[in-house]
Order: sequence, then C-alpha cells, then structure tokens
Amino acid sequence: MTGLAYWLPVVWAIILVAAIAIYVVLDGFDLGIGMLFVVVPETRYRDVMVNTIAPVWDGNETWMVLGGAVLYGVFPGAYATLLPALYVPIVLMLLALVFRGVAFEFRVLTRTTIWHRLWDLGFMLGSAIAAFCQGAILAGVIQGVPVTDGAFSGKALDWLTPFSVLCGLSVMCGYALLGATWLIWRTTGSLEQACRLWSMVLAGGLFIAIVAVSLWTPMLHAPYLKRWTDWPRMIFVAPVPILVVALGSAFLRGIRQAHSLTPFLCVLGWFFLCLSGLAITIWPYAVPPNLSLWDVSSPPSSQLFQLVGTAIMLPIVLVYTVFSYRVFRGKVTEADAYH
Amino acid sequence: MQTPHDLAFLLARFQFAFTVGVHIVFPAFSIGLAAYLAVLEGLWLRTGRGVYLDLYRYWIKAFSIVFAMGVVSGLVMSYEFGTNWASFSRKAGPITGVLLSYEVMTAFFLEAGFLGVMLFGMNKVGRGLHFAATCLVSAGTLVSMTWILASNSWMQTPRGYRIDPVSGRFLPDDWLAIIFNPSFPFRLVHMGLAAFLSVAFVVGATGAWHLLAARRQGVAPSPPVRVMFSMALWMATLVAPLQILAGDAHGLNTLRYQPVKIAAMEGDWESETHAAEFLFGIPNMRTEHTDYGIRIPLLGSLILTHSVNGTVPGMKDFPRDQRPPSQIIFFTFRIMVALGLLMAATGLWSLYLRWRGRLYDSPLLHRLVFCMAPAGFVALLCGWITTEVGRQPWTVYGLLRTADSVSPIALSSVAVSLAAFVIVYTLVFGTGLIILVRTLAHPPVTGEYEANSAHPAEILAARSHPGAVPPVTDHPGGNA
Repeated sequence: MTGLAYWLPVVWAIILVAAIAIYVVLDGFDLGIGMLFVVVPETRYRDVMVNTIAPVWDGNETWMVLGGAVLYGVFPGAYATLLPALYVPIVLMLLALVFRGVAFEFRVLTRTTIWHRLWDLGFMLGSAIAAFCQGAILAGVIQGVPVTDGAFSGKALDWLTPFSVLCGLSVMCGYALLGATWLIWRTTGSLEQACRLWSMVLAGGLFIAIVAVSLWTPMLHAPYLKRWTDWPRMIFVAPVPILVVALGSAFLRGIRQAHSLTPFLCVLGWFFLCLSGLAITIWPYAVPPNLSLWDVSSPPSSQLFQLVGTAIMLPIVLVYTVFSYRVFRGKVTEADAYH
Repeated sequence: MQTPHDLAFLLARFQFAFTVGVHIVFPAFSIGLAAYLAVLEGLWLRTGRGVYLDLYRYWIKAFSIVFAMGVVSGLVMSYEFGTNWASFSRKAGPITGVLLSYEVMTAFFLEAGFLGVMLFGMNKVGRGLHFAATCLVSAGTLVSMTWILASNSWMQTPRGYRIDPVSGRFLPDDWLAIIFNPSFPFRLVHMGLAAFLSVAFVVGATGAWHLLAARRQGVAPSPPVRVMFSMALWMATLVAPLQILAGDAHGLNTLRYQPVKIAAMEGDWESETHAAEFLFGIPNMRTEHTDYGIRIPLLGSLILTHSVNGTVPGMKDFPRDQRPPSQIIFFTFRIMVALGLLMAATGLWSLYLRWRGRLYDSPLLHRLVFCMAPAGFVALLCGWITTEVGRQPWTVYGLLRTADSVSPIALSSVAVSLAAFVIVYTLVFGTGLIILVRTLAHPPVTGEYEANSAHPAEILAARSHPGAVPPVTDHPGGNA
C-alpha cells in the first residue's frame, strides 16, 4: 500500500477514536445525570442537576453526530456494515436520545400539567436506555460482525449476547459515575454530599465491570489475546491495569478529603484508559474479525479533503467549546435556577 | 409479487420520508427564527428601544423549543443513512459523508457551542458578546443549510465524480464541481427564502392572533404585537415575490437537468410545443394519461420556456422505469405554487393596507394571516416532496437506483422501527407543537424592564433562564 492510502486511514482512526472518547466523556455525564434522577426524586435538586448541563448538552451530543458523519465519509464500509448489524440498539439509542433531548425543555415547560412526570421519566429512561445501548453497540463491534461480500450478513439480534449485556450495564454504571462526580464538582450542599456517597458505590461497580470486561474481551478472538500477551508490545500495555488501580486510589482519596474536581478527573482517566485499551485490542480492525481500516476506507481523495477541513475546524471548535464551558463555570445552586 | 425484501424496501422508504419530513420543518424554523432573533437583538442594541427586547425575549422561548426538536430529529438522520441505506452509504459515502462531516464541523458545533450563551448567557457575558453569540448561531443555521443542500443537490445533479468500475463507488475528482453542482445555487436560494417566508408567516400569524385578541377585548394592541406583525408582513411583501422568481429559475434549472421530473410535475405525457398547463388532473401512470384534466392553453410552454411556442417534455420520452410517480408530485407541486401565490397576494394586500394606514385595524387581514400560519411550512414540505419524489427511481440521479441503495436488513427490523418512530415522533413532536402553540398564545410581556433600564441584559437573562419563567406559570418547580 502506498503512502497516503496507508497513512490517511491511520490518522482518521486516531481522530475517530478521539471524537468517540470526547463524546463518551461529555455526553457521559449528561446521561449519567439523567440516570441519577432515580435516586434524586426532589424536583428542586433535579432542576439544579439539569441546570449544570443545560447550556452545554447540545454541544456534547454534537460529538456523536460527528462520529456518525466521520464514519460515513471516511470509513463508509464500516458505516454501511456496522449500522445494519447493530440496527436494533442504534435505533433504540436514537429514540432514547430523542426523549432525553427534548426533555430538557419539556420537563420545565410542562411543569404545571400532569405531563411533567412523563418528561422527567423520559429524561431518566431516555438516558438509561441510551447508555445501555451505547455499551451494547461497543460490545457489538468488539465481538464482531459476520460479513459476506463486504456487507453485513447476520441476523437482527446477533449483537445480543451476555457480553453485550455486560458492556451495556458497565457503560450505564460508568456514565452514572461520571454524572455523580460532575455533580460533586458543580453543585453544593446536600446534593453534593449525596453524590459523594453514590459515586463510591458506582466506582466499586465500575471497577468490577472494568475487570470483568478486560478478562472477557481477550477470550472473544485469538488476535485480541495476542495483542495483550505478545512480548515487546506487553511493555506498553502492562501499565494499563496498574494505572487503573492507581487512579482508583486517587479517586478514593479525593472523595475522602472532600476534593471537588479530583474524583471527576480520576473517572475521566478511567474512561481514557478503557477506551485506549479497547482501541489497542481492536486495532487494526474496523469491523472485527474480517474488515481492516483499509478495507472500509473511502478513497484518499475523500479522506484528504476531509482531513484538511478537520485540521482547520477542529481546533476552532475546541477553543469555543472551552469558552462556552468557561462562561458557565462554577457551582450551580438552587438560587441560580429561580432568579 | 411482493417479497419480504420488497416490503422491507417500501417500509424503509416510508421511514425515511417520515423522519426527514418531520425533521426538515425544525431546521427551516431555526434558520428563519435565528435570523429574526439576530435582527431583533441588533435593532435593540442599535436603537435602545425596549420593544425589540420584548420580542427577542418572546421569540427565544419558541426558538429553544424548536431548536431542541431539530437537534434530536437530526441526530436520527445522521445514522439512518447507515441503518437503512447501507448500499447508498457505501457507494456515495465518499462524497455525501464528507459533505455531512463538513456540515458538522462548520455548522453544528457552531450552533451548539453558542446556543448555550444565547439562551442562558445574558448575565454572564457582555451585550456585544451575547449579540455575537446570536449572530453565530444564526450563521451556523445558514452554513448548515448550505452543506446539506450541496449534498442533496449533488444527488440530484451529480458532478465531479468518477465511478470505480470494481466496487461501483463514487470517487470524488473535483470537490468544487461536487459542491457547486448545477442545481445547488437554485436549491439554496429557494430553500433559504422558503425558511424565511415560513417563519415570517408564523410570526405574522402570532401577531395577528394577538391583534384579534386585543380587538375582542377592546384594548389597543401592545407595541411588540404591532411590531412583530408589521415586520412579518414586510417579509411576506418583499420575500414572497422574490420566492416566485427563485422558484421559476429553479424550475428552468430542473427542466434542463431533470426533464422527466418536470414532465411528471406537469402531468404531461407527450413532448409538445404550445403546451397547455393543467390546473387539475389525475395522472395515471399505467394508462399514460392525465384524467379529468382542466387545462389553460399555452400556459405550460409559457411557464417552462417563457415562450408560447417552446417545447416542453413529456413522460413518454422516457422509459417507464425511469419516470417518477407523477400522481404524487403533480399535486404537491400545485399545492406549493398555490400557497406561494397566496402568500405573495397576502403580502401585497398588506402593503396596500399599510399604505392606507389600516394595517393594524383590518380584522379580515388579521384573520387571513392567522389562518396562513402553516402556509409556508406546508409549501416547503410540498416542495421537498416534489423534488425528492421527482428524483425517483434514483437516489443519485441517473446513476444509483433507490432499489439498489437499501440495507440488507430484516423486514421485522424495519417494520418495528418504523412503528416506533411514528409513535415516538407523534408523542414527542406533538407535545412540542402543543407547547409551542401554548407559548405563543400568551402575548409578549411588555416594558416592565424599562423602569430599571440600566441593565436590561440582566432581566433578559433571568427571563430566558431554564426554569425561570415557563410560559404557563410564573412559579415553576413546586418549590413553594
């Protein structure tokens, strides 16, 4: 394979993984906050929780649109194979995100009617189902998709396995933890204290989930196992489990010593490690176990043109995303909601 | 004979038509309303007149509802190409996927990034920066429209590509030719004006409703009501005639590049000079005849060629398997044109009444404008149905058939997901519509901030903050 045809897909794979990671983290705490509605029944606290993300959730969700668009334009072979294969969890996730997205507005605007409960429920269930489906979709990619002549050739429910259910529940747990630690950082008083408590429980759950998924994944396909046990490469991957434990202890210290931001950062670190671990495992497949990145790529003329635009636009996007977060920085209280 | 595959294909088409038909209304609404909000805030900053701030506060509530619905229904679209139209995505993705990515990077992030500041940031940033945020959101909606119409127009009039002989994929050769394909400028102008006009009639109808309400109560209409009605009808007066010119130019462009679409829109079967124009008829694809036709002599040639002896195409010039379903687009085209003429006539009438100084006390005009609230959106949807159904039986015109574009998915998956989309969309967007109408049924709040006009920005911020003042109550949250 010649220079560009080899390197462009590699560069794009890195950008795509980065975009997915940004999405997972940013919309992760949004969805987590939705799920935490389960343990926070008081409307005044729910309003505070929602107000911490109301100005930014839309931008957060845009990273998912970017992920879809990049897959479509740069790896159309993967887009056209994985989406039919994962039809059920994807459609379910989209419908859940429809409920979650409009609930931001509707739960306030229907406040005086009986429908108000429906939209609180929609926010909660929409977040939970979207989180579960995202885990199941990830698992569906990892466990692989049957392909004939470059197109999906399996059944509608092939994705539904014990492994995908485990991954779905793990992502729910992880997002709820992201949401809880975000709220520790962004709220005060009894809401913050409750979140400290809940984040301990959720962190325990997520730790078990990480161990389970990490032990299960290499058993799915022989190349996965090889990736983690081959000699020189092991030097680079061996620190991953160690770092997971190190971050766990930093998290506990952060919670105990009443740090505001540390727990959230530790959870971000966990997500970063998990996603890079998965990327390393799957590499260089786009649709395991058959199609590589290069098999599913669009021509270099497409990938190059899109790379030029991305190289210009993405830094600008990051700058004003940071600006937007800075405008709304600081603790949110009940007083903020009821000016 | 219907096989399960045929049925799955049909349902996938229904699903796309339904989801995109619901979706397109919201971005069109956002395009028009964001521009209106930018104008209002600009006028407020420039003139210092509180009435513009009243209107900004009033319409930003509607904007936040409409925008959220556009975001969630648009997210569905960006994945539906892959779930239901995998063969299309695989072959055309190297072109349409790249254009969609550009839309995300240059428009969606811009809108989303500054929407928060626009809706909730008035007391966090300065007035200038807040105005900039409003303008950037508005710019984002326009940039977004530009990219998606480039992509759609490329599917109608593809240029700048090569087809890979092995995989059948479209390979981009010349990106400028792809983006600036022959139908793109016409479609862009026609759709942009349609979005502005649709919103003008919603704003006008809202103003008309409150003018009628004030008349019923025997009070003078408040300044914001008068200003919104007047601004909306200026838009209608100026833009509706422009839209007729743009539509005419777009039609001539279609005649040149997609003549069979024009023949199907007109219900014409034989190519002829001195062609008549059907006012009504029922095109029959099987018998190749338009039944029950009511025709105006020579008008067909006059409209399409601007000359009575010009030649117009007929569907019989084209093989049966390349003709779009005339029995649909014959009607959608006529509804669009009729509404367009009606909107232009409304604009002209309002201009006459304005000149006579009776714009605010003509209940007949107010009733008409109120009834025309959905006129722009209905025309817009009919126009889209005309151009998209008129592209059939192709997804990429003349090159990739719709039947060869669909995903290898089970009938049960498409059927269940279609049902789920219909139920969820009806519930969610039905609720949204009710909330929107209830919001707009309340008159704009006027003037109360002008007493302490030192910092109108703070009052604006408090008003537009989530949970602060929902339209239905002043005390949300059960936080008594």
